Amino acid sequence: MILAVASGKGGTGKTTVATNLAKVCAAAGRPTQYIDCDVEEPNGHIFLKPQIDGREEVTVEVPQVDAAKCIGCGRCGQICQYSAIVCIGEKVLTFEQLCHSCGGCWLVCPAEAIEREPLRIGEIETGQAGPLGFVSGRLEIGHVRTPSLIRSVRRHIQSDGLAIVDVPPGTSCPVVAAIRGVDFVLLVTEPTPFGLNDLKLAVELVREMGLPFAVAINRDGIGNDQTQAYCKAEGIEIVASIPDDRRIAQAYSTGQMIVDALPEYTERFRDLATRLGAL
Amino acid sequence: MKVAVTSTGRTMDAQVDPRFGRAACFVVVDTDNMEFEAVENTNVDAGGAGISAAKVVIDTGARAVLTGNCGPNAERTLRAGNITLYTGVTGAVAEAVERFKAGKLTEATGPNVQSHSGMNS
Ligand code: SF4
Ligand code: SF4
Repeated sequence: MILAVASGKGGTGKTTVATNLAKVCAAAGRPTQYIDCDVEEPNGHIFLKPQIDGREEVTVEVPQVDAAKCIGCGRCGQICQYSAIVCIGEKVLTFEQLCHSCGGCWLVCPAEAIEREPLRIGEIETGQAGPLGFVSGRLEIGHVRTPSLIRSVRRHIQSDGLAIVDVPPGTSCPVVAAIRGVDFVLLVTEPTPFGLNDLKLAVELVREMGLPFAVAINRDGIGNDQTQAYCKAEGIEIVASIPDDRRIAQAYSTGQMIVDALPEYTERFRDLATRLGAL
Repeated sequence: MKVAVTSTGRTMDAQVDPRFGRAACFVVVDTDNMEFEAVENTNVDAGGAGISAAKVVIDTGARAVLTGNCGPNAERTLRAGNITLYTGVTGAVAEAVERFKAGKLTEATGPNVQSHSGMNS
């Protein structure tokens, strides 16, 4: 089962929920992996403190033009939808950061002047945090191939166990890459007007993608009850609410797991896992 | 010699568009006789707008570009096309060209903004 933990914006406690949920499931004996797909800012490792035993480089293919072979026909530039390769007179310029590796340019080149070069976009770390499997992607600074890296991270999911995917915040392409085809999406939100606004966008996206989902409210008590009212009106189930407990914030700021610092919360996360069918 | 000016409109009275990649259009002026033509900037909404805009300008035969801001990708493309770049240009297109002819503009030594900065303006 793949369970994605997402949120319409950053800072809602998405990683807190994902890591604690993963930890209680693994502790309960279910083979579980925590998959950090928030590759622009992965921070699950801060809380899970895994032992890393594998590192893998992720590359994509980009064009490299051999000026000696190029006949300056301009076809590569015409086919590229991303302006990642452009022919100016006799010269061909490439902008590897914009390339989507569609392969158009090297297919169309009549002079076989275009070689495919690997471009490093990030790396994936794998390891263990006790019984919990750990996988985390990290995008190279300045790269925009976030969805490609996320797909590579997801290839590490073992099909027979439980995978808890920490989804990047927002509602754009990286989110789509992280949640496409998952079994369930848990949307974490804070009960504030801003939180509600972002939640609505996230709900729209998961509905569009036809994925089953439910809501978890974090820091319950800080805002108003508009979020509850919205969920009720929309027929969305609220499967958990985590109170606005100062001790949780303290644990978070020192990189501690809630279930370690405050064992009384373990039951809540176990309940949540059960409700989601993860246990 | 032809110069291309990023413009908010299709005439010499229009204001210089501060964006290069996402300029509304280019007014290409022949400095010898001040005749001009307006050229559409295609591909404004796609990624790599600066590069395709540079390609459009190169294809007009212009030797210089007058604009407000230019990012690194567009700058690199213009340089490959041997086009001289002038950034920080404001006012009406006609005035900008007059200042260029009078030698009052200084050549840009590189991009003056980051990639994508014209995206939301
Ligand atoms: S591989 Fe595709 S996206 Fe990349 S430069 Fe070639 S045509 Fe453009
Ligand atoms: S398609 Fe090949 S030969 Fe033609 S300009 Fe591009 S690299 Fe050169």
